Amino acid sequence: MNALYSLFAVFALVVIALVGAGAAGMEQLFGLYIPWLAIAVFLVGFVAKVIGWAKSPVPFRIPTTAGQMKSHDWIRHDKYDNPATAGQTFVRMALEVLLFRSLFRNLTAQRFGSAQDGVDVKIRYASAKWLWLFALIFHYSFLVVFIRHWRLFLDPVPSALLALEYADTFLQIGAPALYMSGAALALGVSLLLLRRFVVPQVRYISQPADYFPLFLILGVALSGILMRYWAKTDIMAVKEVTMALFSLNPAVHIEGIGVVFFVHVFLVSCLIAYLPFSKLMHMGGVFLSPTRNLPNDSRARYHRNPWNDPNVKAHSYAAYEDEFREKMIEAGLPVEKTLEEAAKTEAQ
Amino acid sequence: MYDGGKIIAGLIVFLGIVGFPFWYNAGSAGYKTPELKLPPKSKATECIEATEWMRAEHMQLLNTWRDSVVREGNLEYTTASGSHVEMSLQKSCMDCHDSKKDFCDKCHTAAAVEPYCWDCHIAPKEEK
Repeated sequence: MNALYSLFAVFALVVIALVGAGAAGMEQLFGLYIPWLAIAVFLVGFVAKVIGWAKSPVPFRIPTTAGQMKSHDWIRHDKYDNPATAGQTFVRMALEVLLFRSLFRNLTAQRFGSAQDGVDVKIRYASAKWLWLFALIFHYSFLVVFIRHWRLFLDPVPSALLALEYADTFLQIGAPALYMSGAALALGVSLLLLRRFVVPQVRYISQPADYFPLFLILGVALSGILMRYWAKTDIMAVKEVTMALFSLNPAVHIEGIGVVFFVHVFLVSCLIAYLPFSKLMHMGGVFLSPTRNLPNDSRARYHRNPWNDPNVKAHSYAAYEDEFREKMIEAGLPVEKTLEEAAKTEAQ
Repeated sequence: MYDGGKIIAGLIVFLGIVGFPFWYNAGSAGYKTPELKLPPKSKATECIEATEWMRAEHMQLLNTWRDSVVREGNLEYTTASGSHVEMSLQKSCMDCHDSKKDFCDKCHTAAAVEPYCWDCHIAPKEEK
């Protein structure tokens, strides 16, 4: 059901764009104003989210330790799984951000042996690299697709983008030439979606908030692929709109562009406006994870609790009970000393 | 804020990257699709298909032509208006659109497309 709700939500978005930009003819709204609003929500939302995280105190080192901590010289230190210095932490972060190292450690529980074989059934943990592989395919192809779109946002097109185009269409399949990154993105997001459908444990914990971004990204990818290879539209008319979009020029008059373009742009607008408020915000969050970005030097360095202000006086439980004893007894709360005992102690 | 300096620096780098098209285009005049050099009216008044259709589908058409000529030996194409042309980039298309530089390259450069037509075909000589 969770998956169906999300799928219907994405269908509803497609219908909104089809009706709005197609039937009702609101091309200016769907081509310019909604994308601008979405970009503004994305940028402000993203910055506000990160600033909010930055304001949360992290007084102690809480890195996840996945290897031997730095100790005696004769004990081998696992530098990048239990970093002790800022440099080692940087390497750990770079490996995490660029190569998704923590997914590489993904494990699966397997049952082996069976009563029929006369062996006890046992559980063992085995490596499961497929999640890591799907994530790599998905994220890197999405990155290439994102950067590749800049050919429509920049003029003149920088030569680095020409090189990327050349590499991406290297197989020279069909015309317009097939983008490998586009195919890989559709494949990657489908694999991640299948994972949620097929693996029972993952399906059990999957919420609409997990399915919705996947369906939305799949919708973005499929509408883009449809527009490039089948329901083609005049790319130069599209570039006029996208250039107006990125030079903040509302004067451009939009006409002669197929409705699939507006569906694509509307889905992208929804995606980026939704991003700062969703799980997709791991894009910024990965850099601000205290369990990753802190060196494990709790014992090597003295970390002073910033809340240990000398003006804050200790208030012991005994003093607290002295203050509230009568009220506590009235409320039926257990006390260490009865009123008589307390009076006796005070008298001494 | 804790570690404010590093986090603000990171945010600035992030905004610099995702906002790059905005900075790159800032202050530039409104973008216009490049003007194409069309064949003189004395040469031809219409293309083999409607202009709108050609804009979107010409690459597909050329691919179909290539397969038709090279694999099936069929060289004749019936145009929208019912006349017949030879399926040939150099003999038909470039007969009217005689400048690669002023016709093909205009949009291809703007859209960062580099078709591999010219890996095999020889572009007509440009008038200097």
